[in-house]
Amino acid sequence: MVMRKLFVPMLVITAAMFAYSPIAIANAPYESTMRLVQKIFYYHFPAWMALTVSVTVCTVASAVYLFKGNARADRIAAAAAEITVIFGLFGLVSGSLWGRKAWGVWWQWDARLTMAFLLELIFFGYILVRNYGGPGAEKLAAAMGIFGGATAPFVYKSVDWWRTVHPKTSVMTTLGETSPQMWYVVWFCTFTILLFMGLLLAARIRLEEQRATLDRLYLEAED
Amino acid sequence: MRFLRIAWLVLRKDVAIELRSYEILSTTLFFAVACVAIFSFAFVREGQAPVDAAAGILWIAIAFSGTLALGRTFERERYGETLKALLLAPAPRPAIYLGKLLGIVALLFATEVIVVPMVAFLFSAPFFSRPGLLVALLGLGTIGYAAVGTLFAAMLVRARTRDVMLPILLYPITIPVIIAGVRGTSALLASPVDEPVAMLWIGLLSFFDVVFVTLSLWTFEPLMTE
Amino acid sequence: MSFDFDRVELSDLSRHFGRRKAVARVSLSLSAGDILGLLGPNGAGKSTLLGMLATLVAPTSGRVTYGGVNASERGQEIRARIGVLAHELHLYPELTARQNLEFFASLHGLADGTMVQTALESAALGDRGEDQVASFSRGMRQRLALERCLLHRPRLVLLDEPFTGLDDRAVRIVADRIRRIASEGAIVVLATHDLDVADGLITRMAVVRAGKLLTDAAIGSGVRQQYRALVESA
Repeated sequence: MVMRKLFVPMLVITAAMFAYSPIAIANAPYESTMRLVQKIFYYHFPAWMALTVSVTVCTVASAVYLFKGNARADRIAAAAAEITVIFGLFGLVSGSLWGRKAWGVWWQWDARLTMAFLLELIFFGYILVRNYGGPGAEKLAAAMGIFGGATAPFVYKSVDWWRTVHPKTSVMTTLGETSPQMWYVVWFCTFTILLFMGLLLAARIRLEEQRATLDRLYLEAED
Repeated sequence: MRFLRIAWLVLRKDVAIELRSYEILSTTLFFAVACVAIFSFAFVREGQAPVDAAAGILWIAIAFSGTLALGRTFERERYGETLKALLLAPAPRPAIYLGKLLGIVALLFATEVIVVPMVAFLFSAPFFSRPGLLVALLGLGTIGYAAVGTLFAAMLVRARTRDVMLPILLYPITIPVIIAGVRGTSALLASPVDEPVAMLWIGLLSFFDVVFVTLSLWTFEPLMTE
Repeated sequence: MSFDFDRVELSDLSRHFGRRKAVARVSLSLSAGDILGLLGPNGAGKSTLLGMLATLVAPTSGRVTYGGVNASERGQEIRARIGVLAHELHLYPELTARQNLEFFASLHGLADGTMVQTALESAALGDRGEDQVASFSRGMRQRLALERCLLHRPRLVLLDEPFTGLDDRAVRIVADRIRRIASEGAIVVLATHDLDVADGLITRMAVVRAGKLLTDAAIGSGVRQQYRALVESA
């Protein structure tokens, strides 16, 4: 209920922040080596943050559904899985554009790109099994959600040892000192995208909830 | 104790069935050999293969033939719905999982006993320079792969699309196992043998095994209740 | 035996698959000695109902209690007292009749060779124990499967179409066996759409259609007439 009341005001705020973000990004100072392409970072990094959040939501919700049989948790997990795929795709495309400039190739088997690619596969698998798994597919999908979340650290570690070309996470910590203005803009964009993700999630959950209500009404109408 | 006893009974039953026909072992083995052959054509140039290729080909063969073994093993439990009969046993349900897992692992080990020397022979790969490390890599990798595979194959028994779904779900989740297996094994192929790197991957594999076996035992019961 | 029960209660039990109601608000009470005929057309929800009684299917709402105890509390002990014979026979065709019985006996913690031999003889397979189940006819498998599910002397016996593929003589043998275990205190639930066989065997008739329980009444004979009357009036 609270979600529904807040939805429109939040939507307005997010839209305003989105509208302002290009201006903020344009006004941020140029980075010396990457020049214009560095601007991708202002959406690229937030997309990954959103992805991290949605993976976590999906994993936790899947576990709650599996052990408590809570249908609401299942709907949240389903919504989060789809959002993971969307932000994963966004991150992959923006990362690929970055890579074209930074490394001269569209795709580089770099640790984090690979990891993102694999996470994308896992959560695409979640959606596939949910849609084509037949009756009881929710449980199969929940297993995928739990194992997908649990496997992420291993994917990260293995891919990291396997190959690393990606700028280290330290970019974010040093950025605060070298260019406070860039740092602020990054966090502004991150906050915007996270809000956006929250809204998408809420809307998607609402859709699932209405589907569930429809199912229930059908069942009741039969009586 | 009852837990281990039930797991042992399930394992012994699976072995007894397999020993009557050798159907799964022979088809899995044949498939693994066919995989090795097919991937050899992709990598061998002018009669020579890059040294690293042997490790990759070995693990691909294990992963692919493992899927086949998983599918067939649970097809046996689906025919006659004996999986339901197992779940009806007055036993902790995770014990059934453990029994099935041990059966799959045994089957894959048996396959590896043939496939590993074969790959070593075909690619002149010095796999056996550090037998202890090789056994650790193969053992841990196989257990990790089979742990996830057994759970997913068991829960897919009731899905109509199980044949396509198993690889779709299993491969992305077990990628860390494959990476660790391949990198660890290639470290053994380097000259001199890169022992610290092999140990690094063995560590990752052990950790993976612990997490995923625990997770599977924990989720088996709710996953198997329709 | 540590845990036992002589009543099974189904209260307001439902199971939905999406928009399909496999079982809708079924309440029933079963007690020792009952042979409940669960009658209805294919797809009426009989198998789902049996699945829930067997603890294999989780209800969407409502519950099943065994002597007042919920399956989520003491699942293992309850399963130790349940015997299931489904349409798919729960036998390994690659193994011999004896190996099958021995395996399931040991799962139940029973390790008694004479019991397996007795079971083989009850199934009229005393001399076929060392043969693979794959070589058996449908009727032989069915008899073996029935003995398999009765090995551990279950209190609650769930039978899903146990007469398919049996000739008249075999049907009589199986029916007698069911009567005997009921007289010994078992609760038998028999799902079938074969009214002729049910006639004279079942002591209670529960008719389900589209997941709903239409009736539950004590009955001796004349199952077909009552069933007709019910289904046509509904």
